[in-house]
Amino acid sequence: MSIWEYANPVKFMRLSGAVLPYAVAGAAICTIGGLVWGFLTPQDYKQGATVKIVFLHVPAAMMAINIWVMMLAASLIWLIRRHHVSALAARAAAPIGAVMTLIALATGAIWGQPMWGTWWEWDPRLTSFLILLLFYIGYMALWAAVEDPDSAADLTGVLCLVGSVFALLSRYAVLFWNQGLHQGASLSVAPGERMSAVYRYPLYLSMLGFFLLFLALLLIRTRTEVRRRRLAALQARETRA
Amino acid sequence: MIELGKYAATVLWSYGVSVALLAALIWQTVAANARARRELERQERNG
Repeated sequence: MSIWEYANPVKFMRLSGAVLPYAVAGAAICTIGGLVWGFLTPQDYKQGATVKIVFLHVPAAMMAINIWVMMLAASLIWLIRRHHVSALAARAAAPIGAVMTLIALATGAIWGQPMWGTWWEWDPRLTSFLILLLFYIGYMALWAAVEDPDSAADLTGVLCLVGSVFALLSRYAVLFWNQGLHQGASLSVAPGERMSAVYRYPLYLSMLGFFLLFLALLLIRTRTEVRRRRLAALQARETRA
Repeated sequence: MIELGKYAATVLWSYGVSVALLAALIWQTVAANARARRELERQERNG
């Protein structure tokens, strides 16, 4: 049994149909649980109640970067092995990644206004996240603009490779440049920098919830793409007949 | 009662915007999936 067998649309639909209810249930429990738990945490002695924003901002930012990495892996599988389901999965993931990036940028701006005294700063991490959002939008626009699905998958695959530079830059921007406003990792393991357990555990739950939410939405959206492709094939066959 | 202090608007805006964006994404995903399934079933029935 090879993993590549799941690139077969029929097998993918069967497996994803079986996994989907568990992914949806897990996403609902962990996302709602993590956010409610996070909302109920006590105020921080420095940040006050704004610390509650971390339970939205960090999971969304984490997913914004990781979704692009997932799209990169799926695009490489398409470019190298020509498995259609992987190209459709990359396409299906893009709107989810764009929304995650938007949430990270919006919550960061809303938090930044009282904490930094500004909504926006051309800081390395903020700027690289904005560029990442533009890449997500460009990626979706390219899929929509090219009529032939295989050509669209090829072109968006190349765009995904280029955009990966900015996805990695978003992750490591605070390490490359030290002059930015944005602080380092929220979940540092360094002694003395570790987040208090009061905030850390709801954050872990929220991160798991956002991951499961992505998985559930990805499966639904990929199933939609597979159905659309099948519909287009049937319509093309009918037109030829 | 949850005490949000002087940052109440900041926190509520963050949660409001995020929940609205996630709800819109979920709604669009489910609606598009239902539409695609309906159209495919119709095509398979007629074709």
